[in-house]
Amino acid sequence: MINLNISKKLSGANGELNLQFNTKILPREFVTIYGPSGAGKTSVIRMLAGLLEPDGGHIEVDDNIWFDKEKKINVKPQLRNIGIIFQEYSLFPNMTVRGNLEFALEKNQSKKIVNELLRLTELEQLHDKKPGLLSGGQKQRVALARALIRKPKLLLLDEPLSALDTEMQVKLQDYILQVHQQFNLTTILVSHDLNEVIKMSKRVLVLEEGQIKKDGLPLDVLPLNHLKSFLIR
Amino acid sequence: MLDFEPFYLTLKLALTTTLVLFIICTPIAYWLAFSRSRFKVLIEAFVGLPLVLPPSVLGFYLLLAFSPENSFGKFLEMHFDIRLVFTFPGLVIASVIYSLPFMIQPIQSGFRMVPDALIETAYTLGKSKLTTLIKVLIPNIKTALLTGCILSFAHTIGEFGVVLMVGGNIPKETRMISVAIYDEVEAMNYHQANVYSSILLVFSFLVLVSVYLVNHGTRKTQYA
Repeated sequence: MINLNISKKLSGANGELNLQFNTKILPREFVTIYGPSGAGKTSVIRMLAGLLEPDGGHIEVDDNIWFDKEKKINVKPQLRNIGIIFQEYSLFPNMTVRGNLEFALEKNQSKKIVNELLRLTELEQLHDKKPGLLSGGQKQRVALARALIRKPKLLLLDEPLSALDTEMQVKLQDYILQVHQQFNLTTILVSHDLNEVIKMSKRVLVLEEGQIKKDGLPLDVLPLNHLKSFLIR
Repeated sequence: MLDFEPFYLTLKLALTTTLVLFIICTPIAYWLAFSRSRFKVLIEAFVGLPLVLPPSVLGFYLLLAFSPENSFGKFLEMHFDIRLVFTFPGLVIASVIYSLPFMIQPIQSGFRMVPDALIETAYTLGKSKLTTLIKVLIPNIKTALLTGCILSFAHTIGEFGVVLMVGGNIPKETRMISVAIYDEVEAMNYHQANVYSSILLVFSFLVLVSVYLVNHGTRKTQYA
């Protein structure tokens, strides 16, 4: 169970934004944060990961406090054990595919998981290649596998597929759904792609101007009126 | 007969200086690249001073500092039996200070070129700042490190003002190639001066060629 109640003043292209994010997320839920760019979606992910400090509030994950302004608690990203995937892949160019995965291993952790994940993401053939030689879809599969090495409970995806072509997106969405099930993950996806949101998540938080404006099933909260009436007909 | 001692001494000084610089500059450059401290500007300016100061100014103050007549020099001599003025170790320290920006600046900009997301990814994978520095940052800025080393090495080879002020002109101890050239000209041994100078000229040219080769060859490093 994730209990989130955070605020942060952000300054961006459209002036200042008061981000208020207040919600609860159940274990194994797949939640999407949907909204226009500049609404604060990425900042929420970064605050959850410990890469950005909120101005106030608290973050509680499975009874562990990760952040509490009043109690001056701010757990380092290293200790939060989350998996995170950015849009820009972020693979270490000096390491092979296998090297990227092994880098993520914890001290004394068995290397078995590396082979397992290479197989799951169909990267076995590419295990000794450097990231520079891979296609976008392959790179993002490496990033996905790497994010799962430490067996996190929480997977954060910050528009991970927006740089890929549609065919690749569909394939990777399937991978993500598969690992979400298989690893019993709680997954939070940031996306502004309607197709993706509908396919992936059962619950959508619509974030506009720093506030959660809607919270519910994709077809209920997304701006799909035209599409919906068409489907019903 | 050409005396190769100044060449040998100069190479020894340049190698020692580069090694010392490499060890001390990597952490300083890391701090300068990522710190948000208010004092960063001051440190940056201090580190950059040798770029703008005439070497004789730097040499003069180092000479004063190292001199056993003054407190720092006296302290070293009394407590550690170390004398830095007109000695090889003194020259190394002076050269390190003189070439500081040539090592720090390439490494610092190398660190800045590494995408933040790469560093943050390492943190979210549970890696400490030190592990991230050793396994992610340093291997990905090899070009910058190499450039820093070559530039510091070459800059030390070309020293004159600092070397003369701090080291003087003691054969087999502190008589560097640039000082030897000056000496030969003073003594009107133009042929000798010409031999020394042309070797230095060719050497410096080759160093620069290697810097550009390194840079062109690896500019394509891609962050995936």
